[in-house]
Amino acid sequence: MPNILEVQNLVKNYGDFQAVKGVSFNIEEGEIFSLLGPNGAGKTTTISMLSTLYTPTSGDAAIGGHSVTKDPMAVRGVIGVVPQDLALYEDLTARENLIFWGQMYNLSGKALNSRVDEVLEQIGLTDKAKNRVKTFSGGMKRRVNIGVGLLHKPRLLFMDEPTVGIDPQSRRAILDTVKDLNKQGMTLLYTTHYMEEAEELSNRVGIIDHGELIALGTQKELTQQVGQAETLILHIGENDDSEALAVTLKTIQGVQQAEAVDHEVSIVCAEAEDVLAAVVTKANDRGIKIRSIDIREPNLEAVFLHLTGRALRD
Amino acid sequence: MLKTFLIGIKDLRLAFRDRAALILMLAAPFVLTLGLGLVTGRFSGNNNSGLSDIPVIIVNLDNDQMGDALTDVFTSEELADLMEPVLGSDPEAARQLIDEDQAAAVVIIPKGFTRSIIPQENNFATPSDPVKIEVYANPSRRTSAGIVKSIVDEFLSRVEEGRVSGSVSIFQLMLSGRITPGQAQAAGIAMTEQLQTNTTDSDLAIKLNSSTAAGEEVDFDILAYLAPGMALMFLMYTVSYGGRSILAEKTQGTLPRLLVSPTSSSQILGGKVFGIFLTGAAQMLILIGASSLFFQLKWGDPIGVIVLVLAAVFGATGWGMFITALARTPAQVASIGTAVMLIFGILGGSFISLDQMPPAIQTFSRITPNSWALDGFTTLGLGGTLTNLSTPIAALLAMGISLFLVSVALFGKKNLVQK
Repeated sequence: MPNILEVQNLVKNYGDFQAVKGVSFNIEEGEIFSLLGPNGAGKTTTISMLSTLYTPTSGDAAIGGHSVTKDPMAVRGVIGVVPQDLALYEDLTARENLIFWGQMYNLSGKALNSRVDEVLEQIGLTDKAKNRVKTFSGGMKRRVNIGVGLLHKPRLLFMDEPTVGIDPQSRRAILDTVKDLNKQGMTLLYTTHYMEEAEELSNRVGIIDHGELIALGTQKELTQQVGQAETLILHIGENDDSEALAVTLKTIQGVQQAEAVDHEVSIVCAEAEDVLAAVVTKANDRGIKIRSIDIREPNLEAVFLHLTGRALRD
Repeated sequence: MLKTFLIGIKDLRLAFRDRAALILMLAAPFVLTLGLGLVTGRFSGNNNSGLSDIPVIIVNLDNDQMGDALTDVFTSEELADLMEPVLGSDPEAARQLIDEDQAAAVVIIPKGFTRSIIPQENNFATPSDPVKIEVYANPSRRTSAGIVKSIVDEFLSRVEEGRVSGSVSIFQLMLSGRITPGQAQAAGIAMTEQLQTNTTDSDLAIKLNSSTAAGEEVDFDILAYLAPGMALMFLMYTVSYGGRSILAEKTQGTLPRLLVSPTSSSQILGGKVFGIFLTGAAQMLILIGASSLFFQLKWGDPIGVIVLVLAAVFGATGWGMFITALARTPAQVASIGTAVMLIFGILGGSFISLDQMPPAIQTFSRITPNSWALDGFTTLGLGGTLTNLSTPIAALLAMGISLFLVSVALFGKKNLVQK
């Protein structure tokens, strides 16, 4: 499939601070590409440059053959954007919001009304169409926020962490919507710091950290970078010192990485069985009671830990 | 252009769905007008315009029939409460008194005024060269001076009507053979006497204003000053509210979302300005409609009122944009906007007539749209029409344009979004 997006050495500086450091990647038409990284990694800044909101300090990107720096208006006709924060008029109804935003995307008349009906159906809010957005739950607002981005049937949809701060049911509905859109032929650039979402949705994943794209490929290609390593997740007590335990566990032979996050310690190792006994012993020696242990196959969390030495949720 | 319009309509809709804003935009000025109307006795049958004993100097150098007639108008019983006339003989001395703020205006009736109007012997159809009555107005007492000028204008209007109709009548009588050329002079003199009687009719001065369409005569109503004063003060709230929405859209993410749609920055900014303008115009027109309905207030020439409202809102919108361009956050716009609303309300004459303020304050008040617009509404309340509003309208348009240009430059420097 041809590339709908080609990013070349995209850089964004704020004074001395470099938010995005020469990011390059392509997205093929019809795929879901996830940009995975912790908060502050540069995901939103990258999307803001690609959606023509911010001007890159250097580098460029072509979307549908149009340069984001030289022909931003043409780019805006190709893309749809679902911003991380809700961007709606709360004193307008769901329908009025969709009508207004549709007009901003050059829709009008019967085509607009018909498309608004379709989108309301798609986001499951047909029966709430005449209610003001301010009366909606967080999940319903998120769905309207997504609906706005779909109105003009964009070829490439940017979704910037669309599931942040919502209930599991709404999150599930949004992930299903993303899959449906992709099945209908839409290409998506999806940013998230939830590894599970990237794993579930993506054809390919780019891992970004401190403004750099540190890994890129399919999930299989990425997990191969950490070999056959497994991840042990130790759940410990609230009053126990997870940081100190992580430092101790790193000394065990066969442990490749150990990282504390809240009341958990993530351990990357070749074989969980080989280190499990030593891990429990070390914890006991420190007087820390292990409440439960999860053993996970190689995943993107392990990849991130392997590449950065930090957990994704840091 | 269409998107600019659509953004403006959206903002108008949002403004009228904000209950807190509606209270300040509509309820507050209406209630304050009602309160001030009660205080001034407007609703208790004491129809005191608040304008009385206007000091005016009459210098009658004509000392003939028409000059005396105009003098009689100012010294008539019917105008005794409104006017405090003093008769003078030296124009320069009278002007000096105005310069010293001793009176609102001098009316100088030049020598030969009557002869310029009344037909001359053997040439009744062509009076001598016209001479002009001078009204030397005190710039610090604009409203009072405006009333004096209105009286003189009305007098001259009636004289002119009488002179033209008299001339035409005598010609017609001669052409029809009903009078001979020898009788024409006597007929002209008879008509002049009639004209003099008409122009000293007590109705002339008391009822300064007449609607040319219906011929209905209107007294000056104190609410015609108070109601626009209040409406204009709260118009400043509305424009700062609109300006605030520009920065609020940035905070709530809708502005960045607009900027990544196929909508240009100029369309967005134009739409926001149009929204402020629409909201302000709607507010003013609703208040005018409500005060007409509930207070029976006659605002004057409808076309003049509409054009003046649009010009006032345009000028005020310029200020709204300027405040927004200076501020960084919606809260700052709200704070500055409220302060500007009150300061402009006081400076612009919403609470105290500008005539009662020191000359320096009166000059400074010209930076406010309130002052210019209030001048216009007073003119309309006194019976003026659109043709009498050229100065305030031009000033308001110039104010709006210049402030808009400065605001655009400031917006360009600070950028609405971080790029």
